[in-house]
Amino acid sequence: MNIPEALRYTATHEWVRQEADGTLAVGITDYAQDNLGELVFIEVPEVGRRVAAGDGCAVVESVKAASDVFAPVAGEVAAVNAALVDTPRKVNQDPYGTWLFRLKPAAGADLGKLMDAAAYRASLGTA
Amino acid sequence: MRLTPLAAEHRAAGAKLVEFAGWEMPLHYGSQIDEHHAVRRDAGVFDISHMLALDVEGPGARAFLRRALANDMDRLGQTGKALYSCMLAEDGGILDDLIVYLLAADRYRVVVNAATAEGDLAWLERLRPPDAMLRPRRDLAMLAVQGPRAREKCWTAFPELRAASEPLEMFFGAAAGDTFIARTGYTGEDGFELMLPVARAAGAWQRLLAAGVRPCGLGARDTLRLEAGLNLYGQDMDATVTPPECGLGWTVDLAAPRDFVGKAALARRTPACSMLGLVLDGRGGVLRAHQEIHSAHGAGMVTSGTFAPTLQASIALARLPVASRPGDSVQVVIRDKRLVARVVKPPFVRRGKILV
Repeated sequence: MNIPEALRYTATHEWVRQEADGTLAVGITDYAQDNLGELVFIEVPEVGRRVAAGDGCAVVESVKAASDVFAPVAGEVAAVNAALVDTPRKVNQDPYGTWLFRLKPAAGADLGKLMDAAAYRASLGTA
Repeated sequence: MRLTPLAAEHRAAGAKLVEFAGWEMPLHYGSQIDEHHAVRRDAGVFDISHMLALDVEGPGARAFLRRALANDMDRLGQTGKALYSCMLAEDGGILDDLIVYLLAADRYRVVVNAATAEGDLAWLERLRPPDAMLRPRRDLAMLAVQGPRAREKCWTAFPELRAASEPLEMFFGAAAGDTFIARTGYTGEDGFELMLPVARAAGAWQRLLAAGVRPCGLGARDTLRLEAGLNLYGQDMDATVTPPECGLGWTVDLAAPRDFVGKAALARRTPACSMLGLVLDGRGGVLRAHQEIHSAHGAGMVTSGTFAPTLQASIALARLPVASRPGDSVQVVIRDKRLVARVVKPPFVRRGKILV
């Protein structure tokens, strides 16, 4: 299972990357896409929406099931990857190269609660 | 978990394996969408050995099945003919749906669903008269080879089956040595279903793959059958509903003199719903089982829904108020939204062609 060292992770299988502009790019992990199967529908949030940590922020649906993508921290939606609506399978092909939305973290948003790669790998029970 | 005779072949082909009705089965071999397209455009093979073949034999076999099954075995006029039927409880609820083949005079083969196999066997054993025998055939493996090029690729893989199977009309089967080959399936495409001794299953699978038939898993099987408008037992029907409530009124004839289990109750029960198809207008989500439906005629429920690869749209089978008609517009509750769907008469796709 591919779990890049440079990213941070949630227990609900989102990955988080800190961007140069201070926003956080959010996508779903390789584990998540593999379990969902081929994605056929993606719904991204509205830019400007304010979310609390753990709020449902985007929706990904595979042939098999629908799944929420949760905000890893509190913040405001700064950008969305709207092109994915037409090409949901890109998430399967390149889960870490395909972000769904970017969050501008709220003041005091706690990034420390996110897992590093080793902790996420341990949470999956894979060596 | 129970393993089919092809478990090692599934692993060798890179299957993602899942539990289904107590069996370890392939969900897909990399891409269920590509597998779906392979069956609509070319040829694919499914391991269906988890389903159970039951041979019913003896002088009382015909009378036994005419009483136990809702469709009339006397429609099997010719050897080799296949018939789709429901098996009903006394209250008219559906215990299972199945296919019966007439193998020879006084010899029938019934193929039932995996999840219901044990219950069906016990139920049939209770109804069985002393002059009919019931023989589960776990010694047989079953393969479904489906798609517009399935027959020709089957003959490449098994030249010895060609003479017996080339003349077969749709919904007919024939014995060829120790193999039974039938022009039936669950995808809306042409093709064959093969039943053969377990010991020969792996070899047959390998020959099909060598002939260019693509291995396909349960994921593609589900999207294909849904596009074909075919019900799935346990999902679109169960013991709480009757055949007319599931779009299967054509399989029961209440006017004929023959009596069968569930007939009296069916005659009394007014259908509470009817089964129709839905196509979601535009995007906004995917239709899924258990979603609520609101229509001018009342409420309904999605029983099976998916993204249909051939239509590139979301489709569903749904229980709707009996007054519903194709062409109606309904609203489906998907998460926090109400999305508009169009009511259609299934099937959605047959023989590679979109019909809705």
